[in-house]
Formats: sequence, C-alpha cells, structure tokens
Amino acid sequence: MEIAVISGKGGTGKSSISAAFATLQHNIVLADCDVDAANLYILFNPTHDEEKRFISGYKAVIDKDKCTNCGVCADYCRFDAIDNKDGEIEINETSCDGCKLCSRICPEEAISMVQEDESRMYSGTFRNGKMVYGRLSPGEENSGRLVDIVRNKARKVAKENGIETIIIDGPPGIGCPVISTITGVDDVVIVTEPTLSGLHDLKRTLDVTTQFKNKTSVIINKSDLNTEMANTIETYCDEKNIAVIGRIPFDTLVVDAMVNCQSIIEWAPDAEISKQIKEIYVTILKTGKSTS
Amino acid sequence: MIEKMKIAIASGKGGTGKTLISTNLFNALQKQNRNVTLVDCDAEEPNDREFIAGDLILSFDVTQQIPVIDESKCTYCGKCYDYCNYNAIFFLGEQRMIRVMEDLCHGCGACSVACEFGAITEKEDLLGTVSQYSISENSTLIEARMKVGVHSPVSTIKAAINATESNGIVILDAPPGTSCPFIQTVAQADYVVLVTEPTPFGLSDLKQSVETLKTLGKPCGVIVNRAGLGDLEVYNYLKQENIPLLMSIPFDREIASIYSNGGLLTNEDAEWEQKFNQLFTSIATEYGNSSN
Repeated sequence: MEIAVISGKGGTGKSSISAAFATLQHNIVLADCDVDAANLYILFNPTHDEEKRFISGYKAVIDKDKCTNCGVCADYCRFDAIDNKDGEIEINETSCDGCKLCSRICPEEAISMVQEDESRMYSGTFRNGKMVYGRLSPGEENSGRLVDIVRNKARKVAKENGIETIIIDGPPGIGCPVISTITGVDDVVIVTEPTLSGLHDLKRTLDVTTQFKNKTSVIINKSDLNTEMANTIETYCDEKNIAVIGRIPFDTLVVDAMVNCQSIIEWAPDAEISKQIKEIYVTILKTGKSTS
Repeated sequence: MIEKMKIAIASGKGGTGKTLISTNLFNALQKQNRNVTLVDCDAEEPNDREFIAGDLILSFDVTQQIPVIDESKCTYCGKCYDYCNYNAIFFLGEQRMIRVMEDLCHGCGACSVACEFGAITEKEDLLGTVSQYSISENSTLIEARMKVGVHSPVSTIKAAINATESNGIVILDAPPGTSCPFIQTVAQADYVVLVTEPTPFGLSDLKQSVETLKTLGKPCGVIVNRAGLGDLEVYNYLKQENIPLLMSIPFDREIASIYSNGGLLTNEDAEWEQKFNQLFTSIATEYGNSSN
C-alpha cells in the first residue's frame, strides 16, 4: 500500500507527519519525493547503498569560434533564451528549456547540448526500514521524472524486502512533481493548516486529486491556531465529500523532535499529539484495507 | 532614497512566511503612497490576493503552441519524433501510428520545423492566467495563476514578471524550492530576501538557496520567521557566511491568527508597519552596499 502525504501550501507539516507515519509501524519503505527540498534524510540519516545519477535535461552552449552571429537560432527559440546583445548571440541559461531546436537549425553547427547531471537518487536503510530519496540539483528541471525514479525504486525495494507499506513525503504545490507523486497511489493525505491561504491551496490541491481520481483525505494541522478557520475547512471538505481524518493542535514538541533529529513518535511517544497521529494513521490503514 | 528596484522574497522550504513578508512589505510601502508593484509568482498556489483586495484592471491568458498532426499529409517518416526532445510524440512507423502526447509537450516548435510535408499545424494550449489589480493610486498587484493540471508554472511566472512595467519598487513573491520556477523569479531580481525558520529543515533549505544565489551572483539577506522556536544554528550559519539578518519575527499566536484570517500585520499594528518600512530601508542599504 502506497500512502502519499502532500499539502499544496508549503510548511503545513507534511514532512513531520510523514516522519511520524514512518516510525509508527515497524519496517516500512519511506520515499522522500520532495526532491527540490528533501529534508527527511536529516532526521533519519539513511545509508547510501545505492546512488544513481539523474539526467534532468540539457542546456544549449554556443561555440563562439564557429558562431557567425546570424541570429537564426534566436528567431526560432520560443523560450526567449537567446539574446542578441549588440550583434553578439548569447544563450540565457536560466531560460533555456533544452529543446535542442537551436542546435538542429544552426547553419554553422555552432550549438551543442550539454547534459545536466548533478541530480541524484539515493537508496538505503534507516532505523525503521528502507529509505529512498531524490535530490534535484538547484536550477535543474524535470523534478517529476526524478519523483518517478524514486517511486519506482521504492516499490522495487518494498517488493524485494517483503515490505507492504510505502510512505511517500511529497512536494508542495500542484505541478509536475506533485502529479508524479500521487499518480496511482492507494491513498493521498493532504496536510493543511487553518489559514485562508491553507484553504485556498487545499481547494486547488483537491482539484488535482479529483482530476487524477485519487482516494483523498485531509488532516488539519496546527488546528488550534484558528479553530474557526479549521471549522470552515471541515465544512468545505464535508460538502465535497472528503473525509477530514484528524485535527492536530500546534505543539512545540514537534519542533523539539525535529531539532533532535527524531520523529515526534520517537521523541515523545506518550504525548497526546503522538497518540492523535497514531489514531489518524490507524484510520488510514483501516480505510485503505476496506477499499482494496 | 532608492525608488526603483526589484526585490524577490524567496525561500527553499515552503511555508516559512514568504507571503507574510511580501504582502506586508507591499502594504507598508503602499500606505506611504510609494510607487510599488507586488507580483505573486507562486503560480501553483497564488495567495497574495487573500490578503490584498483591489479592482481587476487587466487579465490575459498564457498559452503555448502545441502541434496538431494532419494524418492525411503525414508520411510517417518519423522526423518530428526524432526532433522532439520531450518524448511528446508517440510514433510507431511500421504500424503507421502517430500521436501527440499533449501533456508532455513544451511547445518548442521543433516538430513543426522538422516536418517537410506540411502535416503539422499548431493550436493554442492554455497554461495559466495573469491578472493585474489596482490596489491604490500608485500600487498594483499582478498575479500569476497556473491552470490546474498543467505541469510547469514557469511560462505563467515569466509572463507575469514581463507584464510589470513599473518604474518603481517591484516585490516578487517567489515560489518555494530552488528549481526552475524559483530561478526564473530570482533571476529577475536586484536583491533577494530569503525567509527561513530556525529549524534543521529550514536551515538545510536555506543553505541550498544561498548556494544557488551565489552561483547566480545575486546579493541576499535573510529574515528569520517564527524566531524562538527550534534552535540557534541558523544564526551561527548567517554569521559564518556573513549574510545580513534583515529582520526577525517571533513565533506569536497573535501574528499567526492575523495571518490565518487573511489580515495584514501592517494594518493591525503600527509598530509592525514601522518595522516593515525599516525592512525596506535595510534592503535598500544592503543592495546599495552590494552593488558598489
């Protein structure tokens, strides 16, 4: 069973909740798919048994010796990535999408494509099972494809080791890496917070999970920071027939746990908040079983 | 006094308070009747409008050109398939089967250039919307909003930034992370303000952002939000790297409550209004120092 934890809005507590889930049941596979800002390795310090290079894309490079500054490439580029600066052609790396068209049409064959290969996928063992994660190198693209690689590896590791549960910590937003994170999972858990921004982002995130036909439930984290807004969110979810499977109050214990590189379950197993998270997790497992 | 500058408000980690800072900085400057534009570049989850109301004055669609294949003209030569760098053309030559995978298409136009038989024309594909709101006589809000289900927000972000014709102060509320959408935003800025929180996750993402800005050659300063929670590691890091701490916002249930209801600190509390004006002065001074 694959459970993906996402949020739409950043900073709602996805990773802290994923970390808690990952330490509630013995022997699981944890997949950190927030490849743009992977954090769970900080808590769990996994071994790097396997490291895989990920080619995220290509960038165009001009050979100034061959270039005649004719400007044909600039005419064809649809990403505004080729500037004509005082008669001299320059590639703007930030804007280059790596489509290769300029390299194909250049009459002087002055443009070549260079691989971007700084991103990595790691797979190893942590104290409660197996862990797979990706790290996208800054500025690189195609994070969705790296998420696919992490998820495929996580499934393979689960199968090889006879592990049933895969917990996926997803990225914020609703774009490509999020779509790759939720495609085909058994359960999507959206962690939201009781703020107007949280509600706005939750609506857009639910639009995505509806579009991709995921079984979805919602957790309202830090719920006591604005109980009224938490109620508004719950009413909204009721209307949409989305189950709110728990409210978790704000507790500085969660921050203390993180500072000490532990999940809240490891740091304060008997605290009220740990019990609440455990109940939520049991709910997810139960409903997961009843539908599959 | 600096009256013309582009400031990006960014963070590696999501939910650290980018929108809190952007909207309050904008509001403080707007109240002084300065010429200021706020651009909400978090096109996946734009939130600034939850805090700032205005009249819609302009709105336009952001589109890309995607191919349509006329099979009556297609010779199944496969050249378009070879040219496509995104695997967006599905092609089985022997079976005479060809399809455009619209979800994968980046709209680069390479296939149209490739086709020698006039079998490829193009149609518009909606990626997002850019809307411009008048907030007061001298201030404007521009929002980039990606269409739900689209994979990348980059084109919509670019269009929103290009739509700012302001000669005044421009505040770019950046998307989280350090991948393409972040780079696309900060590349346009004169100065970058990184918002973080004093936790191991916050620090790890901050370091990644700082390293990325170094390679881009952008000067930056840091705001620590929710100060008092977590640990002191972030302050050691800032000292070590000689990065200015521009502002510190304590963790405070009152601040969280104002934010959660879509309120602005700079409207509720004169002291905070003054602090945000001071923030702008600090940014302008730091920028002045860095560009000398």
